[in-house]
Amino acid sequence: MKEITILSGKGGTGKTSFTAALSAVAQNAVLCDNDVDAADLHLLLHPKINSEQVFESGCTASINPDKCINCGLCYSKCRFGAVVQKDVGGYEINPFLCEGCKLCQRICPQQAISTEIKTNNSWFVSSTRFGTMVHAVMGPGEENSGRLVSKIRTRAKEIAKEIEADFIINDGPPGIGCTAISSLSGTNLVVLVTEPTKSGLSDAGRLIELIRSFKIPVLGIINKYDLNDKISDEIEAFFEQNHIPLLAKIRFDKVWVEALVQGQTLVEYAPDSDIASLMKNIWNKIIEN
Amino acid sequence: MSYKIAIASGKGGTGKTSVAVNLYHFFVQRVTNNIQLLDCDVEEPNDVLFFKTKELVSEQVINQKIPKIDEQVCVFCRKCSDWCEYNAITIIPPVKFVQVNDVLCHSCGACVESCKEGALIEVEHPIGKVTNFDIGAGKGLLEGKLRIGSAMQTMLIKELKKCQDTEVDIVIYDAPPGTSCSVVESVIDADFVVLVTEPTPFGLNDLKLTVNLMLELGKAFGILINKSGLGSDDTLKYINNNQFELLGEIPFARDFAKYYAEGKLGDQLPKELALHFEKVVENINQKMFVHEGNHHS
Repeated sequence: MKEITILSGKGGTGKTSFTAALSAVAQNAVLCDNDVDAADLHLLLHPKINSEQVFESGCTASINPDKCINCGLCYSKCRFGAVVQKDVGGYEINPFLCEGCKLCQRICPQQAISTEIKTNNSWFVSSTRFGTMVHAVMGPGEENSGRLVSKIRTRAKEIAKEIEADFIINDGPPGIGCTAISSLSGTNLVVLVTEPTKSGLSDAGRLIELIRSFKIPVLGIINKYDLNDKISDEIEAFFEQNHIPLLAKIRFDKVWVEALVQGQTLVEYAPDSDIASLMKNIWNKIIEN
Repeated sequence: MSYKIAIASGKGGTGKTSVAVNLYHFFVQRVTNNIQLLDCDVEEPNDVLFFKTKELVSEQVINQKIPKIDEQVCVFCRKCSDWCEYNAITIIPPVKFVQVNDVLCHSCGACVESCKEGALIEVEHPIGKVTNFDIGAGKGLLEGKLRIGSAMQTMLIKELKKCQDTEVDIVIYDAPPGTSCSVVESVIDADFVVLVTEPTPFGLNDLKLTVNLMLELGKAFGILINKSGLGSDDTLKYINNNQFELLGEIPFARDFAKYYAEGKLGDQLPKELALHFEKVVENINQKMFVHEGNHHS
């Protein structure tokens, strides 16, 4: 079983549309949406949810004003700036800044602080027309999205083993922070989808450095390459210098957006298009790799 | 007090950076030179690519504090390990084994507080850099850049904001994509948030997530539709039905995409495109007047 992760560094290069189109041409794959912050793959795959699970993402503190004597100890010790002074005097916790370390609760001389487990995040195992899909929904402003990514990837692997799937296809998050790191560790192959903009090139460079530290092989895609031929050439040269095989260059076409508006993958919406046959080609090259 | 404007979007690639740098440019031209730009997209900071003039003024390494356990002093009571909510400390008393995992550590300081023996000290561990650039106009660009391999993007944004110039009239925060804690950190002190979206189903789905976050945070916000004409009018309907403020619609054109690709800014843009940004600047400028009025009354 081989785990393939689609990443980009920069957001908006076309990762999710690409992943969905790849799912349509792949055989015997489990699909997993690692972009838990802003998950979109479900808009094209229309999963039917079979099971739902709550993900406990840590806890949030709160101060009981009846017990609090306004000593300010929690305020001075909280390193996240989550204890804030109220306009009317006294202190309260800003739940959006609280990282659930429980230090305030432990040191409060009045036992005025308690913490509650957050249950704003859920994850799902679903069926789609291309196979089983594991995905998640995060509450607004939540933490520990990296841990949620690890959770759903672990479940996707278990399912892949159970049903003897040959592949897992992960739709990755943008960036190089905690969710990208959690998407990378232990994956077998990264497909890097970039675009010919200065930002696209710069972000791909930082991502490649991160991928290198995990010693994972990378294949490159230049999406919308004809929006700027000059920068596209620069990216091609950059891939070559870094010994990253160029899997394909995909031209810009509004058909991607039209397919998306219809809730279909490109391969379904325009099955006879050159891009659909290119997607089949790309999949064949990925499995040969 | 500075008026703080954050540029955010759930979905990546909707044009946050391009909006942030252009608003900076047109604010300098139209409103004030006393303005600073903060690139809070510390995982992939790109604002600097848009400025022709960029001179490095100063650079500062940002560290997080990671505990170090002195095995000579440690009595292996495991209290620090119990207090660590992130499972970053492993202690095995029978074999006198201690280990701190710096990737899991959030630098909350609980372990240090817990230790009665004084066996824990904190050492500095780099998570990234804050760089101050002179960009030829205004008070310049302050960029946070995460060290590759670090997962401490939210802490770096917090530290980046501590470096900002408090004397400026306006600060623009270019936020990272998504809706998680790093976005919260970027917008938490903003007076107004510009949500940049694109009128595709992905753009709309992520816009709704971001709007929910803004409502929970109690933030004033307006929506700017970028790449208008590419997709459907569902986004516009959503904005109208909910009576959110529409700041403008920037049409999609291959030419415009090309300007972005090459990192073109402000004066280099065609007049029709520049007008869209000028309109947003004018709109926010009005809000600033009202805000200031409220502050002085």
